[in-house]
Amino acid sequence: MKLLSRIGVAAIYIFLFLPMAVLVALSFNSAPRGSAWKGFTFIWYSKLFQNDAIIEALSRSLEIALQATALSAVFGLCLGVAVVRTHGVQRQFLGKLATLPIVLPEIVQGLSLLCFFVWLSLPLGETSVVIAHTAFGTAYVATLVRARLVAMDPLLEEAAADLGAKQSKIFFKITLPQLWPAVISGMLMVFTLSFDDFSVAFFTAGVGATTLPLKIYSMLKFGVSPEVNALSALILCTSLLLVTLAFWNQNHTWRKTVEES
Amino acid sequence: MTRNPQTFRVATFASLAWLWASFLVIAPLFYVIAISFLKRGTYGGIEPVLTLENYTRLADPYLSGTILMTLGRSVWLAFLSTVLCILVGFPLALFLVFKAGRARNALFFLLIIPFWTNFLIRTYAWVVILSDNGWLNSVLESFGLGPEFLHWLFTPKAVLIGMFYNYLPYMAMSLYVSVEKLDVHLLEAAADLGAGPLKRFFKVTLPLSIPGLIAGSIMVFIPALGEFVIPDILGGGTSLFVGNLLAQEFLTVRNWPFGAALSVILILMIGLCLYLFEKVTKGKGEDLIA
Amino acid sequence: MLEVTGVTKYFSGKTAVSNIDLKVADGEFLSILGPSGCGKTTLLRLIAGLEHPNSGKLHLNGHDITHLSAHKRNVHTVFQRYALFPHMTVFDNIAFGLRCKKMDEIEIKKKVCDGLELANLKGQGHRAISTLSGGEQQRVALIRALVNTPSLLLLDEPLGALDLKLRLQLQHELVAIQKRVKTTFVFVTHDQQEALNMSDRVAVMNNSVIEQLGTPNEIYEFPKTYFVASFVGGINRLDGKLRVDDAGRCICDVESLGSFFMEAGESRTNGVQGGLCIRPEKLTIFSRRPSSDNVLEGVIKAQSYLGTHTQFEICLKNGKILNVFQQNTQKLAKKAYHVADKIFLAWQTNQSHFFADSSLS
Repeated sequence: MKLLSRIGVAAIYIFLFLPMAVLVALSFNSAPRGSAWKGFTFIWYSKLFQNDAIIEALSRSLEIALQATALSAVFGLCLGVAVVRTHGVQRQFLGKLATLPIVLPEIVQGLSLLCFFVWLSLPLGETSVVIAHTAFGTAYVATLVRARLVAMDPLLEEAAADLGAKQSKIFFKITLPQLWPAVISGMLMVFTLSFDDFSVAFFTAGVGATTLPLKIYSMLKFGVSPEVNALSALILCTSLLLVTLAFWNQNHTWRKTVEES
Repeated sequence: MTRNPQTFRVATFASLAWLWASFLVIAPLFYVIAISFLKRGTYGGIEPVLTLENYTRLADPYLSGTILMTLGRSVWLAFLSTVLCILVGFPLALFLVFKAGRARNALFFLLIIPFWTNFLIRTYAWVVILSDNGWLNSVLESFGLGPEFLHWLFTPKAVLIGMFYNYLPYMAMSLYVSVEKLDVHLLEAAADLGAGPLKRFFKVTLPLSIPGLIAGSIMVFIPALGEFVIPDILGGGTSLFVGNLLAQEFLTVRNWPFGAALSVILILMIGLCLYLFEKVTKGKGEDLIA
Repeated sequence: MLEVTGVTKYFSGKTAVSNIDLKVADGEFLSILGPSGCGKTTLLRLIAGLEHPNSGKLHLNGHDITHLSAHKRNVHTVFQRYALFPHMTVFDNIAFGLRCKKMDEIEIKKKVCDGLELANLKGQGHRAISTLSGGEQQRVALIRALVNTPSLLLLDEPLGALDLKLRLQLQHELVAIQKRVKTTFVFVTHDQQEALNMSDRVAVMNNSVIEQLGTPNEIYEFPKTYFVASFVGGINRLDGKLRVDDAGRCICDVESLGSFFMEAGESRTNGVQGGLCIRPEKLTIFSRRPSSDNVLEGVIKAQSYLGTHTQFEICLKNGKILNVFQQNTQKLAKKAYHVADKIFLAWQTNQSHFFADSSLS
């Protein structure tokens, strides 16, 4: 029984990682088509780095992600604080609105924003994507900020007030430092979501602002060049590295806080 | 209920929050609802003429058949994906919490990796595996089964596999968080009172995991309903599902009012799900998203 | 009827229980008393079957249950924090074990109702667990275990989460219930007052071993080790050396305080280093030197008047502080003694204990 369950779990993990492994393996396959192994090569990687369109799409994605992250951090912080510290009907409304972008499918978000932008005669391009990403990014940051704020000891702020601190000082010196980890986590999350986003950008990017996922999509649809494999493999490995770093960092800081307390 | 200190003015924060909410959440949605009642322009624009024809079109016997079928297929697919995710994700979460011991952190880490990698690429990977001259077929070929043995790509089967693959980590993580909160003492008490492993599962573990199961189901079912990328890439781009249909109406056919009406229907369906969810958990105050 | 022989259990290198031998008689109320970390909960879990020993054997009514899983043993536990199933009513909680035995529902209903009545919870079966008070939860946990008529009932510090008044009340109730159902109870606690009050016998545990097993009276008045003497009740200790004089009497030489007669018990070895121990209530205060064998001179450092008795802190010549209890047997308009009074302490030879240093914990 024990062995069976272990085999089952192993099978699940193999299933989860198999596609990525196959992709990485194939990126080194010298065959231009199909999956039969024809020899090891780096040629697709070198072609990749010479592909200007891809480099452009990559930098555009990074730009958009950075901007969206910054905006989401500000708005998300405000939203998170507002949801916790307001009262009555306002609180309920904001609370529900804050979860809406997370719950609604991305296609609905993308569509609604597209319609809205066109109605406002906002030109579709990088800016529209940044705004669209900020729409859902804010909600994610707000969720994390909210959770952290609720768990925070209200006595800290009251003690500061008791000692004579002004309102702005209380926020910047007491509350914000406590909320900072949540904001940072939120920013990392939004950056990843924005960089990886396809669905929302698909509708809001217009013609000129091709992000990396959009570029990959067009490469997939219009002839499968093995360069896509190489690009995919690179992105996968980068994500793996980042996740490892984030996980290690979180574990490390958690352990440190435990040891220090 | 934690105390709410009024130590700094919330107004500034609230006003920025409302700015975001009204501009980026409320307004777009209202606009979509609004145009669903407008007429389609001759060249794909929108004419400011009020009409119900977008909705009556859904009731049109000729057309409604296809649309209802599409909706039905989407619901069915989302449902199947959810069930599969539960059937695999629940035992996985249980294993991680109760049997994994020291390996638990490492296994959880491995579980969240797919969660954070690019979803488009992971979906594409299945194209590579499932295509006629893909990895799976070449493996089967080496076992002696004829060339291009399986023709799974561009069929609903492939879409289901893609959906299951993509949503499994969501379900597993949600269930893991829920199962982890289970009080081990309850299981010990059940064993102490004479309940064997099977009975402990059905009488204690399962009932107490239901909130987590429901939360996980919501996290899978709702996005799955609106999914259009996976059917597009793995399903061959035919408008089999609501998501594809919507994308088509908006970008290809350019019938925005009709597309808007469809969106409204989709949003209503999702709203219904969420309402049912809230009823079942009786709003226990748990933040299911965080 | 429960026989624990040579049981040892360790967790990642640390020994929780070490070579435990214990025999629990039918119908007895046995307490396992000890400080946190002494292994008493582990021992309980070993008996319950929630852990399995690394070595040793457990026999219940003659059957070897050492490797039997918890759900197969006719031994039930009342857990420290009750572990009541939150998704079931009081009735379903109590009926749980009976349903596992696949008993007939009509019979189950009768048994559960009887149990509720025994616990003063008649008619409360429909209630949700979250609506119960601490005391009510404790009673439900007790009945949930008892209703299955176990051979042995284990209680893991069940009164720990309750306030003092409720604790005392439930102590009485538990003993009353035990006498009524005649089930053997094994009760784990760190509260010596509880152990002394409720049990037929007490096993004092320390550092994974049982230091002494006996009736409450034996444990208190005739402690075998210094740990038992100091853990159960208060004790005063004077470090000294044992000496046997020509007449065969035992004398303890305490540096700078003098020599005192005592009954040394087993450790009649000349020259052994140890502690002369006397309970606070066994010391008597005199304002003038009494003609007793054992007298100590001292100054009252502090005193607390507690109505029924007075607690004193006496400072001796060498700076050591002794605690003394004096029962207030006389009606006095004002205090008999005051702080800084010079007084004398005396005690009877057979009221003291001597513990050699090797037996110290």
